[in-house]
Amino acid sequence: MSEKIGRDELAQLVAKDIKPGSFVNLGIGQPTLVSNYLTPEQDITLHTENGMLGMGPVAQGDEIDEDLINAGKIPVTELPGASYFHHADSFAIMRGGHLDVCVLGAFQVSATGDLANWHTGAPDAIPAVGGAMDLATGAKDVYVMMSLFTKDGQSKLVPECTYPVTGVNCVTRIYTNEAVFLITKDGVRVRETFGTTIEELQAKMEVKLLPAE
Amino acid sequence: MLNIAQTAQEAVAGVHDGATVLIGGFGNAGQPMELIDALLECGAKDLTVVNNNAGQADAGLALLIKERRVKKIICSFPRQSDSWHFDTAYRAGEIELELVPQGNLAERIRAAGAGIGGFFTPTGYGTMLAEGKETREIDGRGYVYETPIHADFALIKALKSDKTGNLVYRKTARNFGPIMAAAAKKSIVQVSEIVETGQLDPEVVVTPGIYVDTVVKIAAPATAAAEQKVSK
Repeated sequence: MSEKIGRDELAQLVAKDIKPGSFVNLGIGQPTLVSNYLTPEQDITLHTENGMLGMGPVAQGDEIDEDLINAGKIPVTELPGASYFHHADSFAIMRGGHLDVCVLGAFQVSATGDLANWHTGAPDAIPAVGGAMDLATGAKDVYVMMSLFTKDGQSKLVPECTYPVTGVNCVTRIYTNEAVFLITKDGVRVRETFGTTIEELQAKMEVKLLPAE
Repeated sequence: MLNIAQTAQEAVAGVHDGATVLIGGFGNAGQPMELIDALLECGAKDLTVVNNNAGQADAGLALLIKERRVKKIICSFPRQSDSWHFDTAYRAGEIELELVPQGNLAERIRAAGAGIGGFFTPTGYGTMLAEGKETREIDGRGYVYETPIHADFALIKALKSDKTGNLVYRKTARNFGPIMAAAAKKSIVQVSEIVETGQLDPEVVVTPGIYVDTVVKIAAPATAAAEQKVSK
């Protein structure tokens, strides 16, 4: 691609990359956008950690039922084939490796796939973790969606996380507005770039980038 | 034998000062609002409360915290846009917080009910929340040792009970209910309906009555007192 891509286009790309028939958990924020681009043909089943598989779109009007919410506490709907289960079962689904893909946001990802997305480390912040650490460790593939650079130009893909980590060696793929990165045993590979080149990115990043195979 | 209480106040009357109380609910879904209100009225203090959150807006658990009846909270996600009573108490140093990843919280509660002395989990390994905890490498992967959370009481909300205490829930309001019912010495459940024994299909019972001590019928449980903001 020749242009940088926006949040919706990036969500569309993630959606397209999810294999048909997958069981998927979408984190709060940018990852939620992915659900807008999943097609019926893909037959994706969405999991929400507060106890449901087969989650449908956000509830509208009369559909709103306060007993039926997602992990962000937003009222949602159920699709045919949906099921409910208690919290320990729901996290067993996650921790037990039954989910194919989890898509999360991040403050930072390290070159070895450590994820930082739960705490800025600010001394006066009230810590809150929710299901972030469980999501990071559970799914077969953990995809991150984030902007590649902070507002002041610092890369969020770093040699080592400086924020407190959520999980170690857990991220397998990073979707950003500049490029898609794969965390491999050889190192960080650039799958594709958007409106930039691997050389231009390398000039702004400490992490050694490898070309696509 | 199942105790069928006539009022929420009667149902929670035995909750004593210093008790550890599991409170069901994820946000407002499944939160036993009337039982919490009754707990507020009954005056028990120095409580250790276990819940996913630390109260929302000006209702339920948030009010218990506002009245400084909770000395310690064990939860996964205390910070929300409308958790002002917790925020104030925490910043004033008037409530102790034990932060637990949500799946570890659920499994620690489950372990207590199942008689498990603890377990190794990959969740949290290598993070701040595992500091000081025993770790072990199993088949090349790092795990953290977590302990069960036992409690004196569980306050939970279900849809229906029969007169032996068998419970069914409704949609995602089930959340922590079944594991909390099993983990507490005394489980107190508010339901929308109590039916005769035999009227619940045994195949659909989610919590068997052996885990339930007291039920109380709250015909029209309160809906969310405040509009929920995006939070986790």
